[in-house]
Amino acid sequence: MKAGDLGELALRNLREAVLRSSLTTLGVAVGVASLVAWLSLGIGLQALATKRLSNSGLFDTVIVTQRRSLQSMRRGPAESSPAKNARALDDDAKKEFERLPNVVEVYSQVRFPTEVRYNGTPYSTIVAGIPESARGNGSFDGIQGGFFSGANADEAILQIEFARDLSTQPSSLIGKDLIVRYAERQALPPEAGRTPGGHAADRETGGFSIVPREKKLRIVGIIETEPAAGFGGFGSGRLLIPLEVASSLRAAQVNDLRDAVRAPTGKPVYASLTVRAKSASLVGGIETAIKTMGFGTFSLQDATKSLEVFFRIFDMLLFIFGSLALAVATLGIINTLVMAILERRREIGILKALGAADRDVKQLFFVEASVMGLLGGVLGVVFGWLVGRAVTFGINVYLKRQSLPPTDVFSVPFWLVLLAIVLAVLVSLAAGLYPASRAAKLNPVEALRYE
Amino acid sequence: MTTSNGVAVHADRVSRHYEMGAAVIRAVDDVSLEVRSGEFVALLGSSGSGKSTLLNLMAGLDRPTGGAIFANGRNLSELSSLELARYRSRTVGMVFQSFNLLPRMTLEENVELPLRLAEVDRAERGARVQEALERVRLEKRLTHRPSELSGGEQQRAALARALVNRPTLLFADEPTGNLDSATGESIMLLLKEIQQKLGMTIVMVTHERPLAERFADRIAALADGKLLTDGVKS
Ligand SMILES: Nc1ncnc2c1ncn2[C@@H]1O[C@H](COP(=O)(O)OP(=O)(O)OP(=O)(O)O)[C@@H](O)[C@H]1O
Ligand SMILES: [Mg+2]
Repeated sequence: MKAGDLGELALRNLREAVLRSSLTTLGVAVGVASLVAWLSLGIGLQALATKRLSNSGLFDTVIVTQRRSLQSMRRGPAESSPAKNARALDDDAKKEFERLPNVVEVYSQVRFPTEVRYNGTPYSTIVAGIPESARGNGSFDGIQGGFFSGANADEAILQIEFARDLSTQPSSLIGKDLIVRYAERQALPPEAGRTPGGHAADRETGGFSIVPREKKLRIVGIIETEPAAGFGGFGSGRLLIPLEVASSLRAAQVNDLRDAVRAPTGKPVYASLTVRAKSASLVGGIETAIKTMGFGTFSLQDATKSLEVFFRIFDMLLFIFGSLALAVATLGIINTLVMAILERRREIGILKALGAADRDVKQLFFVEASVMGLLGGVLGVVFGWLVGRAVTFGINVYLKRQSLPPTDVFSVPFWLVLLAIVLAVLVSLAAGLYPASRAAKLNPVEALRYE
Repeated sequence: MTTSNGVAVHADRVSRHYEMGAAVIRAVDDVSLEVRSGEFVALLGSSGSGKSTLLNLMAGLDRPTGGAIFANGRNLSELSSLELARYRSRTVGMVFQSFNLLPRMTLEENVELPLRLAEVDRAERGARVQEALERVRLEKRLTHRPSELSGGEQQRAALARALVNRPTLLFADEPTGNLDSATGESIMLLLKEIQQKLGMTIVMVTHERPLAERFADRIAALADGKLLTDGVKS
């Protein structure tokens, strides 16, 4: 029989047993929906976890330090300068890191305790410098107000707890000014060290003076969750300001002082630099490159790998779980078609008497099975997607009540849609295998004998 | 014995035995029968004598357990099941006692079915269906379903369906069995007309001797699977 006739007859047969065909199709749809829902949950959770973790800065960053502590221990306490093969972690090194492929940015972590004045009342808090890249990477999702207008803006974002300290109505703070009081480090001319009245502590560091200063900052946003970037990142910062502003404040960071003393060239040296990769999977290459340049590095590469393995297994379990419903649906198809053979015995006999080959009968049943599979697959994808939307909606209602930002835990990528439909058709064809061959083998003489 | 000149169907010592445990049922037993081209043969016999079994063997619906059947010179036993289906589709037309129309299809669709199975071009089908229905004078009932027709009309529709692929052999298994005698006679007249106008070879099963004597060229009588008489009507 030609394909067109086959299709017409198959559709006709399905229509004639409309209740049974649609129930069977519905069974397939439920099976596919279950598969789609579970898998999209797995994919969604993975995306969510990956996003959150990469935003945390734990997985896409390499922490670079000078190879110093190890070397100095080996050489004994007397030797305190960096080893010959180890390089100074200065601005030149920083620029080299920035030129490495797949590096998004390189920054030093700027964080210091400070005193803030708001409405004349003093508060002590911790300032953290936020790199410009934080604008787009999701760390500041759910911010009230907005992100800094520019990398050099004299603006601040308050952590909600700190904002509550400042005002009972935190949101009213946006647009107001506050004053940061900080200590500026100033290099002293060589004779200044001998100046009477200079601070004792400054003299010990060999040529720095600490001068108190003030800076006015406009509050542009309030962040509820605690953004983080790398180990010891700005997570614990309560007053967040642009990284460049923070650096230019040249705050009296303990590390900076120590490093300045030890720099053999006299150039400022960073205690550590954070190198951010385009994605977590690119961290390994960057880390190796930096190591061969003669620096110490640290990253959580292995952790990302085990995370991947975890999700692969997790997805597999969800797939098996979701497939169970599809397996039940398969039995439904087999049952429907076997019942159809019993009911259509005579019809099959007539078809054969009129010249239908075994192949024609077999194909007819196959087409019927695959039509149910295709319809069930498409319906199932829609159902599965709806289930995902509904559950997401429910979760977000809950999250909102808990004053947490909304999230999307289900993700239905296009390949999953295709996979589900193809799988439904394949499963239906497999289910049609037995009934179709049974129908084809039906003896027409026996089928026609009884009324 | 494959002489096909003038012989449409030739059953050569054909047997169809059924094994029921230890017992063997000889539905058809060592039957030889020649049907000439254009001949109208009636298979006569009481119930259970093996008429339908023999007819099904000749129609390629069943395979013999012994002997051979030649149709248009071809040994049916040597055909694959696909080739046998093709034989049923292109060479054979069948009519049954219980009409065997598909109840959910209209007359037009029922008659079109063999054309679908024979992969006849769609463009050609309408005319072929029309022609077949005109031959049985049902051309006005195209869109009716079988349940909307009388028994005689249903059998005529079944006859149209059997003729639509323009076969050379027509096998009819008690075509008048479910009809009253007047209607049965009209069907017989139609068969006779088809034999004469189209030159078709017809083998008809019946247990009504008068009908067979009136319309058939020859009667072959069966009893217990054996052929009793095989003679030309006097
Ligand atoms: N599948 C089968 N298994 C066993 N015996 C069978 C089978 N088919 C037919 N028979 C037997 O073969 C014999 C001939 O059957 P067949 O149907 O050919 O008879 P018939 O002459 O057509 O009878 P009727 O006039 O009642 O239709 C019967 O005795 C029947 O019981
Ligand atoms: Mg019979």
